[in-house]
Amino acid sequence: MSATMEKGVRVLKEVMDAPIASYLNSCVHCGLCAEACLFYTETGDPKYTPIHKIEPLRRLYSQEYTLLGRLMKMVGLSKPLTDAELAEWQELVYNSCTLCGRCSVVCPVGNDIVYMVRKLREGMSASGNAPDGIKGAANRTVTIGSPMGVKLPAVKAQMKHVEDDYGIPIPMDQEGAEYMVMLSSMEIINFPEYLGAIAKIMQQAGKTWTLCSTAFEATNAGMQIGNSDLARLIVSRIVDGAERLKVKTVISPECGHAYTALRWEGANLIGRPFTFQVKHIIEVLGEFQKAGLLKTEGFETDRLTFHDPCQLARRGGVIQQQRDLMNQVAKNFVEMPDAGFINWCCGGGGGASAIEEGEELRIEAFKKKKSQLDAVKPDRLVTACANCRIVLEEGLEHYQMDIPVVGLTEMIAEHIPEKGA
Amino acid sequence: MNEMQFLTWVRGTGLNIAVGIFLLGVLWRLIEIYSLGRKKDLSAPRQVAGASGWNTMFRRSLPPKDMGMVKRSPVSYIGGYTFHIGLAIIVFLFAPHIKTIQGLTGLSWPGLPSQFVDLVAVVTIAAMVVVLVDRINKPVKRYLSTFEDWFTWLVTFLPVLTGWLAVRHLLLPYTTMLAIHILTVEILLVVLPFTKLFHAFTLWGSRYYNGAVNGHKGVAV
Repeated sequence: MSATMEKGVRVLKEVMDAPIASYLNSCVHCGLCAEACLFYTETGDPKYTPIHKIEPLRRLYSQEYTLLGRLMKMVGLSKPLTDAELAEWQELVYNSCTLCGRCSVVCPVGNDIVYMVRKLREGMSASGNAPDGIKGAANRTVTIGSPMGVKLPAVKAQMKHVEDDYGIPIPMDQEGAEYMVMLSSMEIINFPEYLGAIAKIMQQAGKTWTLCSTAFEATNAGMQIGNSDLARLIVSRIVDGAERLKVKTVISPECGHAYTALRWEGANLIGRPFTFQVKHIIEVLGEFQKAGLLKTEGFETDRLTFHDPCQLARRGGVIQQQRDLMNQVAKNFVEMPDAGFINWCCGGGGGASAIEEGEELRIEAFKKKKSQLDAVKPDRLVTACANCRIVLEEGLEHYQMDIPVVGLTEMIAEHIPEKGA
Repeated sequence: MNEMQFLTWVRGTGLNIAVGIFLLGVLWRLIEIYSLGRKKDLSAPRQVAGASGWNTMFRRSLPPKDMGMVKRSPVSYIGGYTFHIGLAIIVFLFAPHIKTIQGLTGLSWPGLPSQFVDLVAVVTIAAMVVVLVDRINKPVKRYLSTFEDWFTWLVTFLPVLTGWLAVRHLLLPYTTMLAIHILTVEILLVVLPFTKLFHAFTLWGSRYYNGAVNGHKGVAV
């Protein structure tokens, strides 16, 4: 056993808990989880069956935590894990799993399979078996500050652009603001409209808000790769920033995994509850809408549909707000089949979109989204995750489908009347 | 050993050994699994009605809503329900079985007419054969299957088959078949805690954890 392998096994032993033990003992190999996984349904390859993806975890559990498994290992009836096996599993644990969690919803014995994949990634990462694409993103987040290498000057440049375009000042490091707004690099580089949208929405709602110079990047590649040390470091920056500025609420941007990392994993990573709340921008907009602080005019009249980001809806519990918001500004909003809680992943979540060698498979899996879209034939596709957006755009382009993808926040902001108008 | 002695042994010593291993095995496995514990979730919970461990324990007994799963895998669901319900009826509602349980525990309850249980047994046997064929035919199931899957199928199937043959006085003299039937049940009892058959116990815990972990996020799974 190599040194890195040993490290991986040690990390896996650290994450082993009663839920995993219960799940592994409950699986009856019925294979129903395969039917919920787009990597299986679109390829028909049984190796993409979700429960098979955690086989190394099962082996280790059985050999180390069960009496029978220990006996079998002692007499040589079960082989210990090898480096080669873990390397082979990289494709299954990362490329073909977006942590979308559909498998966990269908398992008849109740196994939370995605929970186990997430834990297995810890061992994969520690043993050096994470894909280079996500590793690079994680390292850049730690050393530079963002997965795409975006630094503070780039953010400041964008703030200036937005201030010029919208005539609204963008606050930075304002102590005591109610909201601290986080961004994803994707938004800084590809979707600058997001920041402008926030400025308009906050101004209309009369809320104080701020960006933070030491924590503007919300995405957490450390979590995607399965490296809790990196994930903790990235989350800590945000916690430090939020506590320094004494904000009440930190707003996760339109990015599914940023939300999960901050909202659900963050406190567990740093080992204490947060002193502030974490909300996804869609939740905040939903609250503004309910409180009558979101006044819009006019409607989109073309045929729109909404793609639910997995981490926001099924994994995050935010399902109704986006629909209420859509209906406020769209006259012709149609739901795709399987929309909402059971929506199919774009195919690039959980860090998968950062894996170059996984592209072919991603495009194959996108056929699921294509069939959902073909069923309703929308003019445009709305979503609330910058990563989904990029992956959707790539897939749509590949299949030559002329459907522009827009972010919900900016679409809402477009309907906010200009101040003084 | 003649057939009478064989029957006496399986009814006495054999049964005691099997029940002993079963009970100790179940206890050991439950401790082995659940003593691992889990970390407290420090993130702020989101409360939503219906999103909890207890809800999922029961909700997961039915196929997930609106996902078309039964259509995608009809044999798994229909065959699965049929043989599970069939087994429950045969084990717990066949008068001679209730007598046996009464002998072991003192507890007793009314059974169903034996003709009805006979019909249930036939349906259960058929359903078990169908799910076996499905396991052989379906690429995913075949791919996932290990020795344990075939072995546990057989260990579950034999008591049903031999019991039905004994009641119907088929194939072998009644005494011999009854003794074989009891022996196969004892094998099942011994094997259950140490194989995937233990899901009969752990699935409740698994559903609870899944429901609780996701319920914490306000998601009813």
